[in-house]
Amino acid sequence: MPELLKVSITEDINRRSGASLRIIVPMKQVPDMRQVKFDTEKGKVDRSSAAAEINPFDLHALETAVQLKEKLGAAVTAISMGPRRAEVALRDALARGADSAVLLEDSKFAGADTLATSYTLACAIRKLGGFDLIICGEKTVDGDTGQVGPELAEHLNIPHLAYVSKLVEAGEKLVAVCDMEGEAHIVEASLPVLLMVTKDINIPRLPTFRDKAMARKAEVTIWNAEELSSFADPSRFGIEGSPTRVRKVFLPSEEGRKGKIFRNTNEEAISDVAQAILDFLG
Amino acid sequence: MKDYAGVMVFAEQREGRIHPVTYELLGKGREIADKLGRPLSSVLLGDQLEAEARELVYHGADRVFWYDHPVLKDPDLVNYKHNIVRLVREVNPEIFLLGATRWGRSLGARIAAALGTGLTADCTGLEVDEDGSLIQIRPAFSGNVLAQIKTSTKPQMATVRYKVMSSLPRDTHRNGEIIRKQAELIPSPLTITGKERAAEADIAEAEVIVSGGAGLKRAGDFSLLAELAELLGGTVGSSRLPVDSGWIGREHQVGFSGHTVKPKVYIACGISGSPQHLAGMRESGCIIAINSDPSAPIFKIADYGIVGDLYEVVPKLIKNIKRLKRCNS
Ligand SMILES: Cc1cc2nc3c(=O)[nH]c(=O)nc-3n(C[C@H](O)[C@H](O)[C@H](O)COP(=O)(O)OP(=O)(O)OC[C@H]3O[C@@H](n4cnc5c(N)ncnc54)[C@H](O)[C@@H]3O)c2cc1C
Repeated sequence: MPELLKVSITEDINRRSGASLRIIVPMKQVPDMRQVKFDTEKGKVDRSSAAAEINPFDLHALETAVQLKEKLGAAVTAISMGPRRAEVALRDALARGADSAVLLEDSKFAGADTLATSYTLACAIRKLGGFDLIICGEKTVDGDTGQVGPELAEHLNIPHLAYVSKLVEAGEKLVAVCDMEGEAHIVEASLPVLLMVTKDINIPRLPTFRDKAMARKAEVTIWNAEELSSFADPSRFGIEGSPTRVRKVFLPSEEGRKGKIFRNTNEEAISDVAQAILDFLG
Repeated sequence: MKDYAGVMVFAEQREGRIHPVTYELLGKGREIADKLGRPLSSVLLGDQLEAEARELVYHGADRVFWYDHPVLKDPDLVNYKHNIVRLVREVNPEIFLLGATRWGRSLGARIAAALGTGLTADCTGLEVDEDGSLIQIRPAFSGNVLAQIKTSTKPQMATVRYKVMSSLPRDTHRNGEIIRKQAELIPSPLTITGKERAAEADIAEAEVIVSGGAGLKRAGDFSLLAELAELLGGTVGSSRLPVDSGWIGREHQVGFSGHTVKPKVYIACGISGSPQHLAGMRESGCIIAINSDPSAPIFKIADYGIVGDLYEVVPKLIKNIKRLKRCNS
């Protein structure tokens, strides 16, 4: 059993009657990494080789938001930047408990690195108006950087908590456990704040058929670059706003390995390997 | 034209102790700085860490920017970011490196966004090309391929994986300047109210790792691997499958979604060598593979391989190592 979120409802939250928490969950549609093939010639993931899904790490962020909504009352907005087909991922988010969904779609957004991605998300979040919490996953399975969350927080000028594995308290203030490799920090923060959660925080729920059917009919708001223009410097979008460039992609070489393979398990072979291990350890 | 002042390395400290990835970055930073004919500097924030500042010089830094204040004892995100961003704007390094630890990634991303510059995550290789720009190499697509990345803005920022670069030998005759900086402190909306040490030894630190995979028949069989690991002063690792089956804790998982390790010796028992597993142990010093299938991909990256049943090979290996140890002593 996953440990349930222990939430203490503070007076402040109660007093803001009617006004519940506003939570934003940025998410990304990614190829299913178990199936996807890599095109070494083009140096690109062959996206047609696999089905697309919500980045698995983002499901934990969404689940955190939906649990807070159940405990405290909240409006959860899922937001994604991507091509039109990413609408499917947002509908999935709606089925899993998000209340509204926004897709940022424009060819001007394409080719974005983490800096341009986080900048574009920040502009859209400004356009959405206020928020109390932004919750994102620890990384994406395809990009694997873990940078978009903290960069987004910086653009919005709010603090962030990285690698949150547990929420101890959420209300007027927030208390979270951050896993920092061999050490856990218990950190207190005031709102608004961005949380980057790990897989350990919860087990994401599966949407029911009813939820899925409802989500199919729900509206997904779509914004293009033009619609963000009063909140943004368009030169910071997409490839133009991306300072990092992939120059080439290559296969790792395993040169330099001895590659001495024994095809039988006689004493001599084992003894040789044992000696090699001890030699290596000096 | 701005005059760029070389390479700067963030000195990560925990409880006043310099994280070893810092020395590795200074080692690599020294090589790059020499190639560029520019200085290598380091930035250290903490509480009473003058001796540690000197250690940074002994490990290759020409200049250490040292901030000393009780508030900086803990990793205070807001104040670390604020002061480092100010320093980078003042000194103008063309390259800024951090360790790809969780703290380094979290802090590095904030600094990069504040400066509006590019950041490359989790690099395993760094080079400079003819025109002096930084070529950053990182695994992509679950470690199946390597990508070369260049950054068009300055500083060119990267987080670098622990245990990939080599540090220089400590040399107390090395000269360097320690420049004391006044920290500008701002009230932080974040407070660390407690810390807990994880009970488990960190697998990323182990010198020897004996890992088991789906070739194991039952959970209890990890004890066989533990015996071999203990004999060699090491610890036990795992591929993802035994972890998913609940046979061993997630903290033992090696690979793309587990730990990246670089022990002196890595012994893979009953592990096929999937790209996701290789992504976590490829950099190990000496790789030994034990697998009953001669076509298992793990043999392609092994220094030594034994084709056979691990239940026969591992006990024999234990026996032989004991024998050799006796002979040597
Ligand atoms: C997004 C993603 C992330 C992943 N992250 C990781 C990760 O972090 N780490 C990881 O390890 N995997 C990861 N995986 C899973 C990975 O793809 C493989 O499924 C996994 O590594 C296989 O584990 P294995 O080698 O133990 O099992 P198998 O591939 O089943 O191999 C078992 C091997 O044991 C051998 N064997 C069987 N019996 C014996 C015996 N008696 N003696 C000797 N040999 C025997 C067999 O010949 C076989 O080669 C990830 C996958 C995805 C999609």
